[in-house]
Amino acid sequence: MRISKSIYLFFLPGLVLYSLLFLYPTISALFYSFTDWDGLSTAFQFVGIDNYTRAFTGDSIFQKTIGNNLKFMLTVVVFQTLVALAFALIVIKNTKTNVFLRALYFFPTILSSVSVAFIWAFIYDPSMGILNQVLQLIGLDFLAQNWLGNANIAIFSLAITQIWFHAGQMLIIFVAGLQAIPEELYEVAKIEGASKWQAFRSVTWPLLAPSATIVVAYTTIQSFKAFDLVFAMTGGGPNNSTEIIATYIYDVAFKSYQFGYASSISVIFMVIIALITYLQFKALRSDRVSY
Amino acid sequence: MLFRKFSLLIYALLILIPLVVVLLTSVKTLQETFRDPLGLPDGGFKFDNYIAIFQEQTMAGYFLNSTIVTLFSVSFTLLLAAMVAFGITRMNNWIGNLLFAVFTLGMMVPAQVIMVPLYSLMLDLGLTNSLLGLILVNISSTLPIAVFILTGFMKTLPKELFEASTIDGAGNWKMFTKVAIPLSLPSISATAIFLFVMHWNDLLYPLLFITDNAYKTLPLALLEFQGQYSTNYPMLFTGVIIASAPMVIAYVLLQRYFVAGITAGAVKG
Repeated sequence: MRISKSIYLFFLPGLVLYSLLFLYPTISALFYSFTDWDGLSTAFQFVGIDNYTRAFTGDSIFQKTIGNNLKFMLTVVVFQTLVALAFALIVIKNTKTNVFLRALYFFPTILSSVSVAFIWAFIYDPSMGILNQVLQLIGLDFLAQNWLGNANIAIFSLAITQIWFHAGQMLIIFVAGLQAIPEELYEVAKIEGASKWQAFRSVTWPLLAPSATIVVAYTTIQSFKAFDLVFAMTGGGPNNSTEIIATYIYDVAFKSYQFGYASSISVIFMVIIALITYLQFKALRSDRVSY
Repeated sequence: MLFRKFSLLIYALLILIPLVVVLLTSVKTLQETFRDPLGLPDGGFKFDNYIAIFQEQTMAGYFLNSTIVTLFSVSFTLLLAAMVAFGITRMNNWIGNLLFAVFTLGMMVPAQVIMVPLYSLMLDLGLTNSLLGLILVNISSTLPIAVFILTGFMKTLPKELFEASTIDGAGNWKMFTKVAIPLSLPSISATAIFLFVMHWNDLLYPLLFITDNAYKTLPLALLEFQGQYSTNYPMLFTGVIIASAPMVIAYVLLQRYFVAGITAGAVKG
């Protein structure tokens, strides 16, 4: 059937806006990454791959930043996924209590990062913070810390905040995935005398792979993009110990006005994200089963 | 069994205690908070912080800005995305597939990647310190995910419905407004909730493009309270409560739709 040409008009407003404010900046990031532009003057020079060489060989903060990002990402991906899965398995049935608990666990997701940052700044506060108070109360004073001020642990403190923020959302995805598994499969496993663990291994786990793929992929990307939380809680400090790629791009561009160099880090960032997404889907796709 | 119940309780407390502390702290004075950070206020609840924050800050203005930016960003993202999704679904050929790929590519690129060139572009266009600028950037940044979700949904609609309306002589626009939109309402409303939460809470774009108090949105204003109030948590938490109130109220009322909407955004994005 022929479709009238006016159909192209439906793309027009969306495509114009998207090209101007997304595609064009993406391409110009690539362009500026080969220049020494400061973001203010109209003049700049091409410097070849100097910015990239600098990032990989001459910039120790950037290298530290990549390490911080990996620490943050691994902590969040591993623990958030485990917490979400473990609790999803407990609250899977649609009883009144479970529905309420799921809604409660999900609650932090609707808050803004800035709000969450303030709440956790108070929890971690070295003098009047909830965490140190509770530790004192249960006789574990020696664990009391300056949770965001200690360069060795600040990045992990941020990771815990991120998990509190988003684990509930991942839990809901797991619940949806678990509820989609046909009840009969568990009955078959029961009749065949499988233990609870065996049923989990041979029924739940393989059929949960699609949800697990989504959770792991989403959590990974989300932890790379945790700009707001880091920016509002530590600003990358102390001593760059919580600087992640996204906050570093901001600092390089808007605090030291090296737009060219910031662009090259953006391009590296983009490549890393694309690579992770690709690898994850490849790795996790091979686990998928059908029934 | 007991261990399970205990774990559920601990997790519930980990969410509830901080929220209760935020509420309590907002009705305490700074002195009371220093003396006993977790205790109840001595002389009953005081709403002085709420009065003070409205006197010291242009709260109503921030609130209005957030409302305007969110409403326009959500409705225009949905309109433009629905149009694109309809176009892709109707064309159903290589051009449609190519456009779909171009739009969804945007889901892979985090906003932080383009913040540098986007900033200079917005400066050149004179769209910094402007609500219009914020709205336009918001639309372009959430268009990819909205196109992705809505196209996925529209493709499941029976083709016969569109074809029947063609026979009745309906043009594309009429087909869009009379057939595609009404039938896609479940998907559109789920996407709407997802977008509402996202735009209401967004920090990055206001941080980049807004320096004038007259155009600041709540998250940005809140962030800057930290500079003014430092560790005056009663004031900070009063700000947190005011900024979160609309989303919290909506969540309590429409809880099921929220969970479904935000999760759809995550799953499909």
